[in-house]
Amino acid sequence: MGHFVPHTDSDIERMLGDIGLASLDELFEVVPEALRLAGGLDLPQGMPEPDVLAEMERLAALNHHGSDLICFAGAGAYDHEVPSATKRLTFRSEFVTAYTPYQPEVAQGVLQALFEYQTLVARISGLPVANASLYDGASAAVEGVNLAVAAKKRPTVWISGGLHPHWRATLATFAAGTGHRLVDVPLHDGVTDWTAVEAAGGDAPAALLVASPNYLGAYEDLRAARRVADAHDALLVAGFDPVSSGLLHPPGELGADVVVGEGQPFGTPLSFGGPYLGLFACRAEQVRRLPGRLVGRTVDVEDRPAYVTTLRAREQDIRREKASSNVCTNQTLIAVACMIQLSWLGTAGLREVALRCARGTRYACDALTAIPGVELMAPAPTLREFALRTPLPAETVIERMADEGFLAGVPVGIEGGVVTDSGDALLVAVTERRTKAEIDSYVSCFEKVVR
Amino acid sequence: MSSVAPTSAAPGGKATSAPIMGRDHEPTIFEYSSTGRRAFSFRTTGLPEWTAEELVPPEYLRESPVALAEVCERDLVAHVTRLTHRQYSVDLGAYPLGSCTMKYNPKLCDDAAALPGLAAVHPATPTGHAQGWLELLWSLGDTLCRITGMHSCTLQPPAGAAGELTGLLLMRAWHDSRGERRTKIIIPDSAHGTNPASVTLGGYQTVTVPSDERGLVDLDALRARLDTDVAGIMLTNPNTLGLFEQDIAEIAAAVHDVGGLLYYDGANLNAILGVTRPGDMGFDIVHMNLHKTFAVPHGGGGPGAGPVAVSERLAPFLPGPVPARLADGHFEWHTPPRSIGRVHAWHGNALALARAWSYILANGGDGLRRVAEGAVLNANWLRHRLRGTYDLPYDRPNMHEFVASTTALKKEKGLRALDVGKRLLEEGFHAPTVYFPLIVDEALMIEPTETETPETLAALADALIAIAADEAGVGAAAPRTTPVGRVDEARAARSLLPTWDAVVGHG
Repeated sequence: MGHFVPHTDSDIERMLGDIGLASLDELFEVVPEALRLAGGLDLPQGMPEPDVLAEMERLAALNHHGSDLICFAGAGAYDHEVPSATKRLTFRSEFVTAYTPYQPEVAQGVLQALFEYQTLVARISGLPVANASLYDGASAAVEGVNLAVAAKKRPTVWISGGLHPHWRATLATFAAGTGHRLVDVPLHDGVTDWTAVEAAGGDAPAALLVASPNYLGAYEDLRAARRVADAHDALLVAGFDPVSSGLLHPPGELGADVVVGEGQPFGTPLSFGGPYLGLFACRAEQVRRLPGRLVGRTVDVEDRPAYVTTLRAREQDIRREKASSNVCTNQTLIAVACMIQLSWLGTAGLREVALRCARGTRYACDALTAIPGVELMAPAPTLREFALRTPLPAETVIERMADEGFLAGVPVGIEGGVVTDSGDALLVAVTERRTKAEIDSYVSCFEKVVR
Repeated sequence: MSSVAPTSAAPGGKATSAPIMGRDHEPTIFEYSSTGRRAFSFRTTGLPEWTAEELVPPEYLRESPVALAEVCERDLVAHVTRLTHRQYSVDLGAYPLGSCTMKYNPKLCDDAAALPGLAAVHPATPTGHAQGWLELLWSLGDTLCRITGMHSCTLQPPAGAAGELTGLLLMRAWHDSRGERRTKIIIPDSAHGTNPASVTLGGYQTVTVPSDERGLVDLDALRARLDTDVAGIMLTNPNTLGLFEQDIAEIAAAVHDVGGLLYYDGANLNAILGVTRPGDMGFDIVHMNLHKTFAVPHGGGGPGAGPVAVSERLAPFLPGPVPARLADGHFEWHTPPRSIGRVHAWHGNALALARAWSYILANGGDGLRRVAEGAVLNANWLRHRLRGTYDLPYDRPNMHEFVASTTALKKEKGLRALDVGKRLLEEGFHAPTVYFPLIVDEALMIEPTETETPETLAALADALIAIAADEAGVGAAAPRTTPVGRVDEARAARSLLPTWDAVVGHG
């Protein structure tokens, strides 16, 4: 009992004596008696540490991963290399057990790491300012939409049908509170067809939200999206796969006002979906609407470079009900991992990881679409993920392939031009970790399963 | 009067022996960059080595690679390690930051969450191949309900603020389902800033209720604000002054009488583990900060986890999917029938949830009660030690934290709460929370947590007492022993330099 409460019986006795109490129970006399829990919590007794680890190992052993279930699934969660340097450095306890840098004089480590992270996110997104992270890609999309609606003072947002369905669902959940009007823009041949929504008329949008590559893996024409945004005096909020910036023009260069993304590919393991990392960057003129924390460089009293969280007047603890975001805690540790990983990759490494994803994707896609009855869902070019129609429903393919040791992908469908996370098609992702031998064996298993 | 020191043992939470390795600043990673230097290496794949031009249509292909730092692994490791030497942390020493519950984070939980069978699992893995994860999440949700006295739980919210907003959207869905359009949420004037910000994002207006001379919700003022426009009230109990809202049963009855709901902000749940439960107090919705109460490390400001538990009548509205246990003992995802929808891209901050589960297993029901006892004992003992030195605007039995003030010391010799915090850094401790709650002038909000020894508490008290005895002006010059001295925050905001590129471009 009380593994981590250090007090001995005599400590407790002495401390209680100092404050004039006779028992620990007396500490809680301020709690009305009728509310006090008689008989304690309905939970088992505490366990010794080795027993806890054994129980956690039992649970872990019930999950399949790694070489038991070779990963060809993506959908915003990718099986990238996390090298030893990133693992070891990220788990330095000075990062792990610090809190938000409220006292900058003793938090320069976290603050400088976040400043470097912000610089890297700005560079890969192609915009000048990035915040110190948000919860995940979905929350970054929500905050991007909130920024645009606040900036344009209009509640309508046009949302590409190619957006991650879980991002879309999250946006819809929060729109119940903010009252934002989310208008779906359908896909045509796997990419967003803005003419459909323009033809429909309706309220002018505050923003267009589109991801490139989109959920089907296809490149979107962001320059065209920019033109549509301009025609309606709307902001362009672009989602991106940050790995793609190794080869593709970043959204900021193509006209996006706000760039949001899922940062998990840089240094964070699959982690059953979290904690991940919300990337968020914007133009300089939007900086006072930036959600979450922002680190700035300044000096200390001796004129030495120093870092501090800045433009704090934007934040919830100061603006309270006038704040446009309630974000307090972010994902600092995951942002630090991202900074380390991007520095480990460097200029050549980021290009290389994107190129290797593209090679594996091309190889796997060519081999899979050579199987009779298997074809691409959309003709658009892709970088590291693609959607297939197969002779069997995706769920069946996934179940059968899992029994053969492969995580074949995730189900995907299109309803009314909008992608869904259920459906008969299969979304397949290939990262730099997949070898030719693994892909060959995946393809031959696939062929057997769908025959 | 308090004894001078509990024992002669050295204070484990005092960090003044930590070495300071010089007075230089650490260059940025970009300043270590040298063209062509590299750290990366990739798996041998045997795949065809197509070029970028063969793989990407020209209109999408960037002309030159994005410039990152080009460093060798050795320099990267040295740089980041030196950054860690410029960072205070719970592992280094005591961190009495009020309302943040900076308790020791057991190493056991790090190892538990790092198991590849948890960390390497894709979130879309078919449930038949992820039964361990589903069992873990189901068990955690069930246990959090037992701890809070609630019926059902979502683990999706990735932080406390996300939990708050989820809770407010649950309120909205509940009232909508009854055909009611309510507009107002009541919040005490001592509440954390996330509460009113969440209220706005939830589409409601904030109505503030004042605290009375006891530091508790003014019951008459509350009753005067209650009508059928009130969707609910958000309360922290114990509140941000560390005081238990003793009238909670009356508050709950009054709010329920007008058809409103009660939201429990779990920021201070640590104080009541195994002592009392929000469900028994009458709360309908509860969020928990697993990064406070259940020892998930704060990570420099996240990731956290902010699960939300609700009473039975609100269960159908929870975000989904949630893990469910089937009759045959297997686990499946299940979306509640009237779910408000997702609040996270996947299943929440799963590895943070795994850490919390390992902490709960280690403590058990008996250990969690001891956590609350230790936290409340430490905070009360420290308040007694500081009486007579600092103002104690609410000098009553407190729970896990208390609020002191330098009002008299400021008048006497200009000592501000901010200065006390900066001086405490020189004494080997992290500063308390300062200037919060807003209703206390020159507030020092102190939460020692249960994991600090009496020796550490005594050393912390001695340091605070010594600071109060400083000559005028000493505090304003602090801190002098930290990696940097006092930071020019005004300049940071005035000439914003948010990236290295802005610094270089600036000249």
